[in-house]
Amino acid sequence: MENLIEELKHKIVEVLNLEDINVEDIDAKDPLFGDGLGLDSIDALELIVLLDKDYGIKISDPKQGKTIFQSIETMAQYVTDNRTK
Amino acid sequence: MDKEKLYIKSFCQISNQEVCLNDELIFRSIESDFNVFAKEIYQKFEIQYPKFHKMDALCKLAFLSSEFVLNQNYNSETAIILANHSSSLDTDVKHQKTIKNQENYYPSPAVFVYTLPNITIGEISIRHQLKSESAFFVDEDYPIELIHQQAEYLIKSGKTTQVLCGWTEYFQNNYQAFVYLVGKEGNVPLESKFIKERIINK
Amino acid sequence: MSRGVAITGMGIISAIGNSVEENRLSLLQNQSGIDKIKYLETVHQSKFLLGEVKKSTDELIDFLQLSSENHFTRTGLLGLYAVKEAIENAAIFDVNEEKTGLISSTSVGGMDFTEKYFFDYENFPDKQKYIISHEAGDSTNLIANEIGLKGFVTTISTACSSAANAIMLGARMIKSGRLDRVIVGGTDALSKFTLNGFNSLMILSDELNQPFDENRKGLNLGEAAAYLVLESDEMVKKYDKKVLAYLSGYGNFNDAFHQTASSETGEGAYLAMKKSLEISGLSASEIDYVNAHGTATPNNDASESAALKRIFQDSFFDFSSTKPFTGHTLAAAAAVEAVFSILALEEQKVWANLNFRKAIETFGLIPQTNIKSKNIDHVLSNSFGFGGNCSTLIFSKA
Repeated sequence: MENLIEELKHKIVEVLNLEDINVEDIDAKDPLFGDGLGLDSIDALELIVLLDKDYGIKISDPKQGKTIFQSIETMAQYVTDNRTK
Repeated sequence: MDKEKLYIKSFCQISNQEVCLNDELIFRSIESDFNVFAKEIYQKFEIQYPKFHKMDALCKLAFLSSEFVLNQNYNSETAIILANHSSSLDTDVKHQKTIKNQENYYPSPAVFVYTLPNITIGEISIRHQLKSESAFFVDEDYPIELIHQQAEYLIKSGKTTQVLCGWTEYFQNNYQAFVYLVGKEGNVPLESKFIKERIINK
Repeated sequence: MSRGVAITGMGIISAIGNSVEENRLSLLQNQSGIDKIKYLETVHQSKFLLGEVKKSTDELIDFLQLSSENHFTRTGLLGLYAVKEAIENAAIFDVNEEKTGLISSTSVGGMDFTEKYFFDYENFPDKQKYIISHEAGDSTNLIANEIGLKGFVTTISTACSSAANAIMLGARMIKSGRLDRVIVGGTDALSKFTLNGFNSLMILSDELNQPFDENRKGLNLGEAAAYLVLESDEMVKKYDKKVLAYLSGYGNFNDAFHQTASSETGEGAYLAMKKSLEISGLSASEIDYVNAHGTATPNNDASESAALKRIFQDSFFDFSSTKPFTGHTLAAAAAVEAVFSILALEEQKVWANLNFRKAIETFGLIPQTNIKSKNIDHVLSNSFGFGGNCSTLIFSKA
C-alpha cells in the first residue's frame, strides 16, 4: 500500500499539473478537495480517467468520486480493492 | 453620443520570446517552446496562481498578457473583448487525438474544457473576479473597427469605465498576444494606426 | 422608451423541423426530435440520444443546390439553410440593397468534417478542401459568399451563449446606425468531437433530458441552425415590413467562477437577467414566459434556479426549457430559442417542459409541463455558456 500511495502522489501531481506542489509535501491523509490540495470538479473527472487508464477501474457515476477521492489514502484503498490492471 | 476621445491606459505584447509592457521590454527568453517560456514568465514575475499550470497554451498567453495590464489598472467592472484567427484549434487538435484511437481511448476532460476560445476570458474573469460583459471574435485579422466600436459603446453607455481588448493568437507554437486597456484617460490616444503597428497580420 | 429592435424574419432547421412552420407544429404537438442516433457515425451509437436534424448531409447539399466542389461542412450547410429561410421570411430579395451584415456563431466550425476525413487527406486529395473549412470563421464566410453578401461579416465564439451575443451585437449595430439590417444567429452540427468531449465531462444523459427535475441526469446534444433578421425602424417603414417581434432587452455578464461549471448563486445569470430587464424597462412581473437555458445538467439547472429565484423572488412565473424538443444545440441554442420565443409570442402559448416529473427539492420550482395558452407580451430567454459567459434576451410582442 505504501508503494501505491507514493505512486498515486506522483501521478496526481503529473496528471493534474500541480506544478507548485512537491510530492514530499503531500500527506496521504490530506483532503484532496476543498482546503487540502484545492482540486476542482474537472480534476475529479481527470482522476476518474486515471483510475480507468492505469488501474482498469470504471466509474460511471461522477458523484462516487466524493468518497473515493477524499484523500490519497482512501484512493489507494479503493484502487487496491478494485483494480483490474 | 458625442465623439469623446478614448485612450489606451496600458498595453502588453507577448511574441517572439519577449514580453513588452507599454513598449518597454520587461522579459526576454532563449526558450523557443511557448509552454516553457510561459512558465518562465510565471516564475520570474512570481505570479502565484496554481491554476495557471492547468491552462492550455492559448489561455496562458491571454492570462499572462492581461495580467501585466490589469495589475496596474484594476477595476472590477472591466469588460473584455478578445479575438483571434485560430480559435481554440491548437487544443481542438489535442482533444481530437485523445478520441481517435480506439485502442487507447481516454479523452481528457481537462483538455476538452479548453476547446473553446472564450475560456480565455473565463480564466481572466475568474482570476480577477470580473463579472462584466465579454465577447470573443474569430476573424481572419484583428477586427480593429469592430472591437473599438464595442469598447466605445460600453464606455459611453456607462456600462463600464474600461475595456480590455486584444488579439490572442496561438497555434502549434506560433503565438502572438497584443492586449490593451481602453478607457477615458491614458497616455496613448486610441487610434487604429497604433494597434496596426503592433499586431502582425498573416 | 423605444420598443427595441425590430425582427422581420427568421429561419431555422433543427431536430423538430426543417423550417419555422415545421418547428411551430412540433412545439404545438409536443413532438420531440430527440431519438437514437441515426446519422452520426460514432461508437456511442447505442448509448446516447441526440437531437439530429432529419436530413443527411447529401440531402442538404442537394436541397441547397451546391456544386460537388463546395467546401461546406455540415455546420455551414445547416447555417446556409437557415439563413436562406430567414432572408426569404424577411422578404429581402437583394441582400446588398441596404447596409447589411451577417453575424454568425459556432463552436464546432468545420470540425464535423475534419474529424471524418482526418485520415483521408493524404490518400483522398479531394477531401483536402475541407481543411480550410475547419476554422470557425470559415462557415460564416462561406454563407456570406453564397448569399452574395458584401457587407459586414463576423463570427462569435462564446460557447452556448454565442448566438445570444451575436443577436445582441447585431441589435447594437442597428441602434448605433452602423447597419440597417443584420442577419444574426448561430449553427452547430453534431460531431464526435463534441459528443466525446461532453462525455468526458460526464454530463450527458443516456435518457431523454429532464430539465429542472430532481433526478435529471444530464443533457442530450443536438444540432441546429437558426437566424433572425433585425432591421432598423427606418427600414421597416421604408419597405413597409411586417414586424414579427421586438428585441427589447439584452444583457451579458461573466459568472467568474469556473471554466465549465456555474456558481451556486447563479451570479452571472442573475446579472444578465437583471441587465436585460433594465434595458427593456420592464420589471420581472411583466415577463410572461421564461424560456430557460435548462440543459438538464445537475449544475446548470440548480444554478439557473437560484438565479431565477433571485430575479422573481416569491412571485410565480411561467417557465420551461425547450431542450427536451431539440437537445442542446450549443452555439445555435440561443438563436433556436429566440425563434421559439417569437413563436410563443405569435401563438400566445408557453411551450412545454417535457419529461418533467419532480421539482428540484432545494428550489421547488415547477416548470410548465404542458402547453399553456395565455396573454404573452414579453418573453425572456436565457443562454449560458462555458467560460462563464451568461446572456439573456427579451423579446416583446409587435
